[in-house]
Amino acid sequence: MGRGTKLIHSGNEVDPATGAVSTPIYQSVIFAQKDVDSPGRWEYTRSGNPTRAALEATIAELEGGQYGFAFASGMAAISASLLLFSAGDHVLVSRDVYGGTFRLAQRLLPRYGFEIDFVDTTDLDQVKRLIMPHTRALFLETPSNPLMKITDFRAIATLAREHGIITLTDNTFMTPYLQRPLETGIDIVIHSATKYLGGHSDCLAGLVVTDNRDLGKQIGFLQNCLGAVLGPHDCWLILRGIKTLKVRLEQQQRTAELLAKWLQTRPEITKVYYPGLPDHAGRDIHFSQADGAGAMLSFRLQDDEQARQFANRLRLPVIGSSLGAVESIVSIPAIMSHASLTEEMRQELNLNRSLVRLSVGLEDFEDLQSDIIHALEGLG
Amino acid sequence: MIKLATQLAQAGVRKDERTGAISTPIYQTSTFCHPALGQTTGFDYSRSGNPTRQVLEESICALEGGRRGLAFSSGMAAIAAIMSLFKPGDHLLVSDDTYGGTYRLFTTLGVQNGLKFSFIDFTNIESWTEFITPATKAVFVETPTNPLIKIIDLEKLVKQAHQYGLLVIVDNTFFTPYLQRPLQFGADLVVHSATKYIGGHNDVVAGLLVTASEELGEQLAFIQNAVGAIPGPQDCWLLLRGLKTLAARLEWAERSALYLAEFLDKHPSIRKVIYPGLTNHPGHDLCRKQARGFGAMISFEVKSKAMVESILKKVKVISFAESLGGVESLITYPETQTHEAIPVNTRRQLGISECLLRLSVGLEDPEDLKDDLEQALDF
Repeated sequence: MGRGTKLIHSGNEVDPATGAVSTPIYQSVIFAQKDVDSPGRWEYTRSGNPTRAALEATIAELEGGQYGFAFASGMAAISASLLLFSAGDHVLVSRDVYGGTFRLAQRLLPRYGFEIDFVDTTDLDQVKRLIMPHTRALFLETPSNPLMKITDFRAIATLAREHGIITLTDNTFMTPYLQRPLETGIDIVIHSATKYLGGHSDCLAGLVVTDNRDLGKQIGFLQNCLGAVLGPHDCWLILRGIKTLKVRLEQQQRTAELLAKWLQTRPEITKVYYPGLPDHAGRDIHFSQADGAGAMLSFRLQDDEQARQFANRLRLPVIGSSLGAVESIVSIPAIMSHASLTEEMRQELNLNRSLVRLSVGLEDFEDLQSDIIHALEGLG
Repeated sequence: MIKLATQLAQAGVRKDERTGAISTPIYQTSTFCHPALGQTTGFDYSRSGNPTRQVLEESICALEGGRRGLAFSSGMAAIAAIMSLFKPGDHLLVSDDTYGGTYRLFTTLGVQNGLKFSFIDFTNIESWTEFITPATKAVFVETPTNPLIKIIDLEKLVKQAHQYGLLVIVDNTFFTPYLQRPLQFGADLVVHSATKYIGGHNDVVAGLLVTASEELGEQLAFIQNAVGAIPGPQDCWLLLRGLKTLAARLEWAERSALYLAEFLDKHPSIRKVIYPGLTNHPGHDLCRKQARGFGAMISFEVKSKAMVESILKKVKVISFAESLGGVESLITYPETQTHEAIPVNTRRQLGISECLLRLSVGLEDPEDLKDDLEQALDF
């Protein structure tokens, strides 16, 4: 069965009791036992729920792993996954990551006794230099958010294996439709399913997948123990979102590529960051590990004020701190999604307020283009 | 004027000014506080009006290019509301090849309430007016029709019907406003089973109406409130969610449908394929003229009745179920499912044979669908 068909059918085996094509929503906390001596397959919804299990099986199959887990948000998924490690462990985190992940790594994990180093994962030598005997984990995103830098999964996974380091990657920008990190040797894949998997700006969720039995067991323990689980209704909405993932992403990607190429020709734009562009530094690596360039792009205007005016003048994309939705979403990462980075870190990454990030939605390309022209031509 | 794909993607966006929420809030409330005696916020009781339902109603109204949109608890509830516009003695002309549920409603409850119906073939666009009597008040058509996918000329139909003062009602379920907008051709009323493409995920049952005039909108809003067959806020919200991907879903499903229709057309087990995207379809040019595409519904006749049961048992990717327009592909046997309510003799006269199957093409990979049909059709 092709990947496109799996998106429509996997984890969604027709309910044998009724034949229902749509997965039932089991909005139930407990599941009655026949008698005190016979616990059933389902007991208590924190520990397991049939609707959540359908979602977990779906994401596991799509990512090519054995074990899938659903969490209350992307950050709940990331924090549970990082709690696989403990006091005294050294964890490497990619420099150019989502602000929420940075905040967790910089402010919360050290309280638990973690030792954290931020590293440019596109630079293998730098990673090598930072590996220490007690380094246990490496967390990365590719393409990175918001600068679309590309990390070589295979090179990182090989290096990490040599040192007994567990690799975790955030696959939110690409989704398994475009990129399946487990196939390249990464150990754990994490999603903010709030984004493309849900796809409609209406549901917060996080997902984790691994193919490693031992890691699967531990993550399952953490999920149940910490309890940051996803409710049945939200699980169902994410399943519903996954059914249109392919048609959404294919369309959005087509529009994003057209926009990226066109934005490069505009005098008001000084730089466009999109892995689908011929001159993108990580393009070859990206296409060796992904089937498309996705629908996220960033670009720079002349200065902070121009970027601010530009975002405010747009009429179609909404201004907001999210991405991956049917509606186009525009943001200034420096003051929105990445506000929790330190000023020093932002400067180092060249992540200033002149950078605009655009999550390309399902609107018509020409409508988006004319809206952007209108916004650019009125800049002071 | 922004394009339909943009309107669809942003259905309901920027409606909640208080919080800025991009997703329309679900107002799961039956009633609304009054600011003071004799004052209202505009919402009193959810049967009469609900903010979530209102966003859906405004969205479908804008998409169809009408004046008033109204939501109902099912497609049949919407059609029943239309039927309530008429009074004993009124005569309606209905397309002969129509969904079995519509036929059942008209010929049982409709007739019991004193209405008269003639079921006629509107593809005879030059001669259908012969059936008009002084009591005739309206024409009710599906185009494409179900299940024989006939195409009716909307522009001519409306022009002729209006000469006789008839109301023109079009069931636009198969095409949705993304492909076809009957009000543009002068139709008075459009009805949808929103359960199908508009919801699009085989998970909500609902109906929608859009009127060309305020006056007709008012009459139907009265019926909607008086009868009370309204969808709940949660279902309205799911339909809005469905609308956002309508263009992307239909574009994909239509490409696959054309591919499968061409495959079936050459298959030795198949006697006939009915799909307007095939150039051998008698309504091909007309469809091209009045719609922006050919949709994703295919009907086909297999060579013998004996094959039907085996095909329905053998399909694996395609589900044997009674609906259409969802992300999952469904195959239906009109004979015993959707059109069972139509008497067998009438079915045969219409050309709905025991060998006819209807396929709603979903979003699976087209190769997987072709392989599934290939193995099921292997005799």
